[in-house]
Amino acid sequence: MQETLIASACPECDAEISLGQDIRVSEIVECPECRLELEIASVEPPQLILAPEVEEDWGE
Amino acid sequence: MSPAAARLGVLASRVRFEEKNILTALERRGVACEHVDPRTLSVRAGEPWDGPRTVLNREVGHYRALYAAAALESAGVTVLNSAAATALCGDKWQTSAALVAGGVPTPETLLALTPEAALKSLEELGYPAVIKPLVGSWGRLVTRVTDRAMAEAVLEHVAALPSPQSHVVYLQREVAKADRDIRVLVVDGRAVGATYRRSEDWRTNVARGAVSERCPLTGELSALAVAAAETVGACLAGVDLLEEPGGRLTVLEVNDRVEFRGLQSTYGTDLDVAELIAALLTAKAES
Repeated sequence: MQETLIASACPECDAEISLGQDIRVSEIVECPECRLELEIASVEPPQLILAPEVEEDWGE
Repeated sequence: MSPAAARLGVLASRVRFEEKNILTALERRGVACEHVDPRTLSVRAGEPWDGPRTVLNREVGHYRALYAAAALESAGVTVLNSAAATALCGDKWQTSAALVAGGVPTPETLLALTPEAALKSLEELGYPAVIKPLVGSWGRLVTRVTDRAMAEAVLEHVAALPSPQSHVVYLQREVAKADRDIRVLVVDGRAVGATYRRSEDWRTNVARGAVSERCPLTGELSALAVAAAETVGACLAGVDLLEEPGGRLTVLEVNDRVEFRGLQSTYGTDLDVAELIAALLTAKAES
C-alpha cells in the first residue's frame, strides 16, 4: 500500500488531491472532483497546474 | 544523481504511466538518468549538447518529437527511436510507402494531392474507404466513408481546413475486420508481446476506449511485426495489424513512441515492458 505523502489542491476547483510518494515533475494526474487533467509542476513543494490541452499532433 | 552526470535521458513533456515506469526501471538499474522536458529544450546548431548522450524519445507531440530527435542527433546524441524512424512513423503516407517498398503487406493506399483528386481516387478505390490525416494518432479525425455523397461532404470539410498539409488526402481501402485489431510490441528486433484491441467503435484505439486482451504471439505475427519495425527503422515499435477475412494479416501502422499501458495490463507480471526498454536504452548507452 502506497503511503500518502501530501495533499495538494486542484487549481481549478480547489478540491483536495492526495499525491503519492513517487510523484514526478510533469506527471499527469486527474482531479477526482472536476476530472480535469493536472500536471505536477514541482514535487517539493508539491504544485499542481492545469495540464496542457491535447494538440492536433499528439499521439504515439 | 546530478543531471549533469546522467548518461541517459528520457524526453517527455507528459510523464504518463509509460514514462514513469521507464524512469523507475532505469533508476532501479542504478543508471544515471535525466528527465528532459522538451518544453524547455533548445539545441544550438553545430555545437554539442550538454545533456545525456543517449535519449529515449517519449514526447507526445509528433513535431516536437521529430525536431527534438533531429536536433539532438545533429549534436551527436543517440536518440531512440531515430529522427528518421519518427519521420517515417509519424507520417501515414511515408509509413505506407515504406511498408510497400519493404514488401510488408499493408492495405491498398492512395495519396491524393487535393480534395478534388481524392474524390476521383475514391471511385478507383471503392467504398467503403477510410480517410486519415497524414499526421495524427489515437484515431482522431479518421473517417470511414461509405458512399460518394458522404465523401463529398467530408472532403468539403477537408478543403476548408486551414493547413495546406490537411489538403493532401490519405485514402485507404477499408479492411473488413472483426471488432478488433492487433498490437504487437517490438523491442530491439524481437516481438515481446501482443494484444487484441477490441471495441464497439470501428476505430480500435485504446485512447478511444478499446479494451486490450492478450493475443497469442504466433510466429507469423512476430515475423510480420518485426519486419514492419525494421522497415521503418524503429528499434522500439508498436505495430498495428488487422486480420483480413480469411486470416491474412496486414500491417496498418507502426508507432514509434508506443503506448503500452493496455498491453502491460494484460500481461501483468509475465512481462515488464518498461524494464525491457530500460535494458535496451542501457545497452545502447554502453555500446
